[in-house]
Amino acid sequence: MKVLVCISKTPDTTAKIAFTEGNTKFDENGVQWIINPYDEWYSLVRAIELKEQDPATIIHLVTVGEADSEPIIRKALALGGDEAIRVNLNSNDSFVIASQIATIAKEGAYDLIFTGKETIDYNSSCIGSMLSAILDMPFVSSANHFELAGNTATIKREIEGGEETCELNLPAVISCQKGMAEQRIPNMRGIMAARTKPLKIVEPTTVKATTTIKSFELPAAKTGVKLVEANNMDELVRLLKEEAKVI
Amino acid sequence: MVLVYIDQAEKQIKKSAFEVLSYGAALAKQLGCAAEALVLGNVNDDLAALGKYGVTKVRQIANEGVQHFDAKVYTQVIAAAAQKAGATVLIFAHSINGKAIAPAVAVKLGAGIVTGASALPKTDAGFIVTKTVFSGKAFASIQIETPIKVIALNQNSFGVFPQDGTASIEAMDIDIPNPSIKITSTELVKGEIPLTEASLVVSAGRGLKGPENWGMIETLAKTLGAATACSRPVSDSDWRPHHEHVGQTGLQIAPNLYIAVGISGAIQHLAGVNRSKTIVVINKDPEAPFFKAADYGVIGDAFEIVPALNEAILKSKAGA
Ligand SMILES: Cc1cc2nc3c(=O)[nH]c(=O)nc-3n(C[C@H](O)[C@H](O)[C@H](O)COP(=O)(O)OP(=O)(O)OC[C@H]3O[C@@H](n4cnc5c(N)ncnc54)[C@H](O)[C@@H]3O)c2cc1C
Repeated sequence: MKVLVCISKTPDTTAKIAFTEGNTKFDENGVQWIINPYDEWYSLVRAIELKEQDPATIIHLVTVGEADSEPIIRKALALGGDEAIRVNLNSNDSFVIASQIATIAKEGAYDLIFTGKETIDYNSSCIGSMLSAILDMPFVSSANHFELAGNTATIKREIEGGEETCELNLPAVISCQKGMAEQRIPNMRGIMAARTKPLKIVEPTTVKATTTIKSFELPAAKTGVKLVEANNMDELVRLLKEEAKVI
Repeated sequence: MVLVYIDQAEKQIKKSAFEVLSYGAALAKQLGCAAEALVLGNVNDDLAALGKYGVTKVRQIANEGVQHFDAKVYTQVIAAAAQKAGATVLIFAHSINGKAIAPAVAVKLGAGIVTGASALPKTDAGFIVTKTVFSGKAFASIQIETPIKVIALNQNSFGVFPQDGTASIEAMDIDIPNPSIKITSTELVKGEIPLTEASLVVSAGRGLKGPENWGMIETLAKTLGAATACSRPVSDSDWRPHHEHVGQTGLQIAPNLYIAVGISGAIQHLAGVNRSKTIVVINKDPEAPFFKAADYGVIGDAFEIVPALNEAILKSKAGA
């Protein structure tokens, strides 16, 4: 079985969010980059577990990004995976990114494509869904459990107020979230091995962007907390009712 | 025409539908065109009554093959219906199912999409949609460049505006593809309000010391009619179920009221709740970072404050 795991580079969760060039670009100054947590903790680790169960499994990682994505993809390879592909393109347009990954996916004839539920920077939740449409494959989103028996996958996904279990035949696209697997820390052997794993650089195909980011904005700061005495909960209830009007 | 996708489960229209209908109707008014709704499957709700939210027509594909959610099938059917109906803008809720299908439908229609939209688009020059980015820490304004546009609206970001009106109902005949998945079971957590749909949420963190102390949180939630949530270490330690975990790596929610009890307010936690309209923080440490993001704060011991707050709400309810 061949698995393709989509890896995205995102700013660290504690990164200062600021913008430059007249609020049109994210300020990357001093930002630490990490593997998008959903890609790392859930989809990549679950793929590695599948390979541990069945060593014949082949795992390829794919990222769409320029040379500055390489530390991230090497870190992902240190966790596991056989080789990585980097499509040499920097884009903010989900359709452009999904189209690049779809090209790789078609060429590699993968049985299974894992993405994270969303990236923690643009929070668009688009790539998995778009891939399924371009590749015409079944799609299960927000999966928190994935088992494979032969060609049949049993998948649990979150639904409003509960959980749904479904079965499908591969190939398929799955977006992963908490529950799929437990976070792992790369060990020294993995880090050494990652240095020599193949990292293929592929030039992008031409795809027209469907959207353009015009500007960014920070939300208005909170005006400041109103403190209520611990022995005066009647006052808190009054404020919630009369001032905030939320209860 | 603005076409609003209405999600249903178990023949019941989802709560998120009313907000996207109100949003779609407001957008149609802004564009000077009609707003219509699209429902897949049979529902028990009165579809004509959706006119109350500003749509003039409800299109229904009442076929057994679309009774249950199947992302691939729904994508094809919605895209075909949108084309047949001549929709130029499609609206989805940025809900679990909306996230699964809206981007795929956009691909099928050759449309640009903005998910996580937080307001009506600016349409005086171009078509610019504002969305939340960096887990609610910023907004981006994004121009959609294609003739057909798709928007997925953040839940609880626009509001629900019922008016007078009824909608006509039109059955649509669309080819239904074969199922791509087989649903084998559905488990609903009984009697609980789904966190993503809740307008009031009571949440607690490691400050509660252990799972045995959640009784007072559940009692307060029950008194308010609120859903319960928790911080990541709490669900990681299995003190609470995983589906209650909110934050950057859990659920992102935007209720009207979020009460945080014994949660320090780490940046990753705030990323999941910073779009809440009103935040109340109860923490014994006056330096807890959460107070900086709060509207109301109570400094003190949760084990005394939470029961007292519960009493005060009961008293206020009895008095009202
Ligand atoms: C990549 C990454 C992603 C993460 N994602 C998330 C996420 O999605 N969601 C999330 O929540 N966290 C997330 N975290 C973890 C986050 O950084 C914090 O560690 C976590 O939110 C802390 O949880 P807490 O507030 O419950 O616990 P603590 O930080 O231990 O805070 C407990 C609080 O309780 C207070 N307290 C103690 N006793 C009492 C009492 N008797 N009465 C009142 N108050 C009391 C204390 O003063 C303290 O402020 C993430 C971290 C990383 C690195």
